[in-house]
Amino acid sequence: MELARFYARHLPELLQLVGQHLYLVAVSTGVAVAIGVPLGILLTRRPAWRGPVLGLANLFQTIPSLALFGFLIPLPFIGGIGATTALVALVVYALLPIVRNTYTGIAGVDPAVREAGRGMGLTDWQLLTLVELPLGLGVVLAGIRVATVVSVGTATIAAAIGAGGLGVYIFRGVAMVNDTLIFAGALPAALIALAADGLLGLAERRLAWRAR
Amino acid sequence: MSATLEVHELGFALASGRALVAQVSFTVRPGETLVLLGRSGSGKTTTLKLINRLLEPTAGTVRVAGEPATAVAATQLRRRIGYVIQEIGLFPHFTVERNVALVPRLEGWPAARVAARVRDLLALVGLDPDAFRARYPHELSGGQRQRVGVARALGADPPLLLLDEPFGALDPITRAELQVEFRSLQARLDKGMVFVTHDVREGLALGTRIGLMQQGRLVFLGTPDEFRRSTHPEAVAFLAAAG
Repeated sequence: MELARFYARHLPELLQLVGQHLYLVAVSTGVAVAIGVPLGILLTRRPAWRGPVLGLANLFQTIPSLALFGFLIPLPFIGGIGATTALVALVVYALLPIVRNTYTGIAGVDPAVREAGRGMGLTDWQLLTLVELPLGLGVVLAGIRVATVVSVGTATIAAAIGAGGLGVYIFRGVAMVNDTLIFAGALPAALIALAADGLLGLAERRLAWRAR
Repeated sequence: MSATLEVHELGFALASGRALVAQVSFTVRPGETLVLLGRSGSGKTTTLKLINRLLEPTAGTVRVAGEPATAVAATQLRRRIGYVIQEIGLFPHFTVERNVALVPRLEGWPAARVAARVRDLLALVGLDPDAFRARYPHELSGGQRQRVGVARALGADPPLLLLDEPFGALDPITRAELQVEFRSLQARLDKGMVFVTHDVREGLALGTRIGLMQQGRLVFLGTPDEFRRSTHPEAVAFLAAAG
């Protein structure tokens, strides 16, 4: 009830924060897909790079998100206060599930199917686009889904370095010991996460090939 | 008539120096089926992969229809050589029609010609085109899948067919059926074939010649009758095992 009254009074601000939040998640996930999917494909072609690349991506995941945002502030170009720094951090977090799932999805294609494809005279590019990506798509999309949902949550912390988003309400609520304010930020964030999960899950079921 | 396949002093050694195949030579003429017989690990499958360059030979030469295998890109070469493997490897997300049409499409055939070719090939391997064209591989039995595998290998009418234990994973009855059909296919097609098996009965039934492999070498090469009379210890062992 209190929450409804709060929203009624602060509707323009709420919409602005939701907009910022969606912007952070959409741009960071988009960039992470643009880097992570090709990188995951590359790892299937260069098995020796797999350990170092996945290890590094794993390492980034272990850095607490608030600390990573902090570390980035003093860096030139990618750092500082604001949305750019937050986007860099969110991309770094989203990379691991996307790279790993792209690699796993493609590596999981039946070796007999791959050998038959090669034996029929498919080029490596044809093998990738006609066989490996369509068959691995479900796993790749699952990775993107995980990355997006995690990113919605992590993006709330971006408010700590002035990038805006729904974290603004949460941090304000924590500082003022005001539960309504915390809820005002957490509830829409949770709804966005659920919506992203549902939509990408739907895409997964529609686009991914599966036997039986 | 020129040979469909000429293999001369073919060899394949690992970086460690261990030879998996050494000094293998044979010729396959149109209408002829050379059966490569041998135990597991004797180098039969490796020899097949050296012919279509899934592995690059470290010694010797391969000529397909008179032309050196290295004269064209490996992918071009493979589209002129049908390849059938035990696991079949049909693309599970393609219909039967798209699977069979794979190589003709890669080669840029016009759609009408591809469609006609698919019908002919399915009929050739004993599958009703209208009943099977739109099905997916998981909707087929093992025997039907292998028929589609053979049809796919024949896609762009290659002069040479490589078959790696194509009936190895089938139940005995289906296997016997497909062997009979394979014989009639051989008679109708006039293609050169190399057929890998470790089943001596299958080899004797389907081969116009038998090549016996042992530890990477071709230790016997001759007709099935000559093979039955061979005194080579490995040949004797195979014949004894077949009873």
